[in-house]
Amino acid sequence: MHLRKEAVDIIVNICNKYKNEPSPLMLVLSETQKEYGYIPIEVQEIISKELNIPVSDIYGVVTFYSFFSLKPKGRYVIGVCLGTACYVKGSQNILDKFSELLKIKPGQTSEDGLFTLDALRCIGACGIAPAISINGKVYPKVTLSQVQQIIDEYRKKDKEG
Amino acid sequence: MAKITIYIENKPYLVDDDLTILEAAKICGYNIPSLCTYKKGRCSLASCRVCLVKVEGERRLVPSCAYPVRDGMKISISDPSAVIARRTSVELLLSNHYYNCQACRKNGQCELLEVARRVGARPEVYVGEKTPTTYDDVAPGLIRDTSKCILCGRCIEACKDAQGIGILGFENRGFKTIVSPAGNRSFNNVPCIQCGQCTLVCPTGALMEHSEIEKLDEAFKEGKYVIVQTAPAVRTALGEEFGDPIGTNSRGKMVAALHRLGFYRVFDTNFGADLTICEEANEFVHRVITKTPGPMITSCSPGWVNYCEYYYPELLPHLSTCKSPHEMVGAIIKSYYAEKHNIDRSQICVVSIMPCTAKKYEKERDGNKVDGIADVDVVLTTRELAQIIKRSGINWEKLPSEEFDDDLIGDYSGAGVIFGVTGGVMEAALRTAYYILTSNELEPIEFTPCRGLEGIKEASLKILGNTYNVAMASGMKNAKILLDEIKEGKSKYDFIEIMGCPGGCINGGGQPYVTPLFLPKEEDNILDTYVAKRAKVLYEEDRNRKVRRSHLNPDIKKLYEDYLCEYGSKKAHKLLHTFYNPSRERYPDLKIGE
Repeated sequence: MHLRKEAVDIIVNICNKYKNEPSPLMLVLSETQKEYGYIPIEVQEIISKELNIPVSDIYGVVTFYSFFSLKPKGRYVIGVCLGTACYVKGSQNILDKFSELLKIKPGQTSEDGLFTLDALRCIGACGIAPAISINGKVYPKVTLSQVQQIIDEYRKKDKEG
Repeated sequence: MAKITIYIENKPYLVDDDLTILEAAKICGYNIPSLCTYKKGRCSLASCRVCLVKVEGERRLVPSCAYPVRDGMKISISDPSAVIARRTSVELLLSNHYYNCQACRKNGQCELLEVARRVGARPEVYVGEKTPTTYDDVAPGLIRDTSKCILCGRCIEACKDAQGIGILGFENRGFKTIVSPAGNRSFNNVPCIQCGQCTLVCPTGALMEHSEIEKLDEAFKEGKYVIVQTAPAVRTALGEEFGDPIGTNSRGKMVAALHRLGFYRVFDTNFGADLTICEEANEFVHRVITKTPGPMITSCSPGWVNYCEYYYPELLPHLSTCKSPHEMVGAIIKSYYAEKHNIDRSQICVVSIMPCTAKKYEKERDGNKVDGIADVDVVLTTRELAQIIKRSGINWEKLPSEEFDDDLIGDYSGAGVIFGVTGGVMEAALRTAYYILTSNELEPIEFTPCRGLEGIKEASLKILGNTYNVAMASGMKNAKILLDEIKEGKSKYDFIEIMGCPGGCINGGGQPYVTPLFLPKEEDNILDTYVAKRAKVLYEEDRNRKVRRSHLNPDIKKLYEDYLCEYGSKKAHKLLHTFYNPSRERYPDLKIGE
């Protein structure tokens, strides 16, 4: 895959911004994930060169934290919390239901590029378990019957643009 | 550094205060089982828990590899809680391991197996799901088998910290963690130089050379003229595989063994080293006469050539175009030697015994073929040679000492011998370059500024009123410093020698493992001294050779008189010189830049 010059510039700029921080890698990766959407190895190569950190180190960090992604994510990232409280309240069933309806496994993105399904560890919303978050918006006490509704809501939202 | 008193099993010992418990215990006569003794016994991870001991006053058992000693500390290694904890740690490591030790090439030299034996680990105590595994044998030089990996991270340290490259790293998290090149790629699909330093430190068979013993068997089966050559560094270490002390010259026995293994002829790569020197010194002199700017850099280390292609392609014009010595020998065997003896060159199989894993890759390069036929067909490491000697039932102890075959290309000079150690190529090249420039011999012949095992050395030599500055680097981390200088236009050197492995070929990725666990008779600090001991072998052999200058080697003189005409002739170029790839892809599977 060939990166466009604009894309390279974005990443180089991000690196320059944090270059002098004592530990720049996490900052650079966070912003790259936000700006670029994902961090493929081509992008890691650029970061490696700019920060003088081996690609294997960067790859290790990217695959360690579930926040970073090697593949492009969908427009809407559905995170289902599987933390202890949510799990006890049946969030595994919620995750399975999303999986069934979207026809993707956790970690995958739907073919139309609309949804990515993620299984999350505790998101700190135990009081409203089981909780899910979609692009940062948290849905409390989700029930199985709501799942289709939520998906439809976002499909509609996308059509309206 | 102060001395303090520690107590192990209630016995007092006086030790330095800057040691870990593991190091101190070793000096006091206790070998605590551990899997991280690759350098000194200071562990950066302390995650395997194989070396747990009891320290009085500590609530929990402590990892001795990472725990510093202090005055009055009371340590127990044989406390029942520590004994059982160590055994459990090993059993847990084994729970994610595959029990196919019988068929593992590392068997007999596997640290995990030895540690398991010492702690009394029981088989299959914890049985369950295992981490998915990867087997990569695509690269010509190295194989990676994650089913044997115990995630100790030693290879990561060797690649990143010692070599300054960083191909290997931890990937994923928790149960799915593996050690691999980015994206679990093959070594072929990442900018790995295949130096094999990782194989030297791997405690199990997870990282090893790509074996070519079957290829050798095939050549014998086909009834080819199987001609073998051995690199200078091999004789410095082969004996270690058979229990000889480190620093034993096993040239005589090695040749005797090769004769008994059925090779048609046994030659020394040192002849090729002499040839390389003649061509390379001539190239250097040419650069001096034509006032070509910037230093010339040696090209005999394939690990280094890989590094230059991947990381400093803009500096490739500085590289000598000379093939490495064993490729030169291969090319000469398949031309000069074949013609003189009237042998069909396609019926010859050239086998190189090398201290190197990158040479396995090197022989496949297009630049190392003449008219479509590869100069060298099979490359075996020193370790693989030991393996075939063992398999054929030869008793090393009872081997006599024999000489290389004296057949057209059998002679070699002392200059060729020292190729195997960092600084040796430079010293050998200066002996000959001095002669070409002045028609006089360089005296004294031993140019000591080239010697020593420092990562970077420099020297200067006055020839005909001009001073030439030279530098030598071994290990890619050190080379990088010199290369950056050239890139910035700050380099003051005229000639640079670079060796891929720290210390040169004697510490190459294909050399016998130096594992203190298996070497109870060597000194405690053997990991700091073994390279110097192997180097001594080569300098001694140089001193004892009658001819010590490459250009005076009678077989080399004859080769030029009868066949190649003069240094750098057209024929010499066709046979002995190679070319490089300035646009080598770092991730061929990604097709970046399409």
